[in-house]
Amino acid sequence: MMMAAEKPEFVTLTESQKRARRSRSIAIGLALAALVVIFYVATIIKFVPALYQHVM
Amino acid sequence: MTLVDKTRMEDAAFRMSEATAGDYFALLKPRVMSLVVFTAFVGLLAAPADINPLLALIAILAIAVGAGASGSLNMWYDADIDAVMSRTASRPVPSGRVSPGEALAFGLVLSALSVMTLGVLVNWLAAALLAFTIFFYAVIYTMWLKRWTPQNIVIGGAAGAFPPVIGWAAATGTVSLESIILFLIIFLWTPPHFWALALFKSQDYERAGVPMMPNVAGEASTRRQIFGYALALAPVGILPWCLGYASAGYGIIAAALGAGFIWYSWKVLKMPDSDRSMRPAKALFGFSLVYLFAIFAAYLADSVAERILGMGWA
Repeated sequence: MMMAAEKPEFVTLTESQKRARRSRSIAIGLALAALVVIFYVATIIKFVPALYQHVM
Repeated sequence: MTLVDKTRMEDAAFRMSEATAGDYFALLKPRVMSLVVFTAFVGLLAAPADINPLLALIAILAIAVGAGASGSLNMWYDADIDAVMSRTASRPVPSGRVSPGEALAFGLVLSALSVMTLGVLVNWLAAALLAFTIFFYAVIYTMWLKRWTPQNIVIGGAAGAFPPVIGWAAATGTVSLESIILFLIIFLWTPPHFWALALFKSQDYERAGVPMMPNVAGEASTRRQIFGYALALAPVGILPWCLGYASAGYGIIAAALGAGFIWYSWKVLKMPDSDRSMRPAKALFGFSLVYLFAIFAAYLADSVAERILGMGWA
């Protein structure tokens, strides 16, 4: 429970912490994007030949 | 009742990380990973199967990430050892840039992701081999053998020898004698490679309490064992030619490389005890890297040439 008189304490990031966080965020974003592309491409590779066979 | 129960930030859990993406990349041991990628690539391309190039790329990427994940788990567990060794003291965990818990979580997530990706998109035999390799390196080698026996890198070397077998399995869905020979080449190469390093870094290992061969059995015994492994490695290197899997051209290159390995190991064997500069050991360490790269490159070139020319060598 927060006491009425107690002011919440916030963390203020230093410049190096902000830079590090930004670098981690970009890396996570790129990795997730790569994962999406990998699964998208692999799905096409695996399913398109089967679709052709089905049509023919 | 408020949404915020906790208002103070003294708790260690609130430590603000200064780890960059580069620090996390370093957890993957990129130099080791490059060797894994190369040997897996050779296994995959030399295999007698046509795998879609994009699936091949995905397989190599998954193997690389799996190898990196085991590196991260290794750095999590070995942070105490790494901190006292000059070669490893600046790694992300001992230097405090990444916490041990973060390295552990990173390694576990990447392990699961790489194995599942390889299994779902390529095949489950390759994924099972990758999972076993990660387990073998992180648990059998790192947690058990490394601190227990001077045979640590002999048995643990199997983990580094698996990538070409995984690459082969990714392409063919099987494990064959050819891929086992590629495994054996790396397996027999590992002890002389690491013992050459351990000879001129023995003080580091001594300080860290890691029972490497020079610290336990002595330098003379280590030099003899290095020479013994070199004598075993050279003929295994030419086995692909002897068994008809590769051309005489590969056989000549492998024989020359094997002779070079024996020569450098002989120089280490004859190195006087008084030689503290350990130049022969450093030279062998350098040549061993050239050896592994060159023999796998020769095997790859030979396999590609065979496929282009459309004929067998036997």
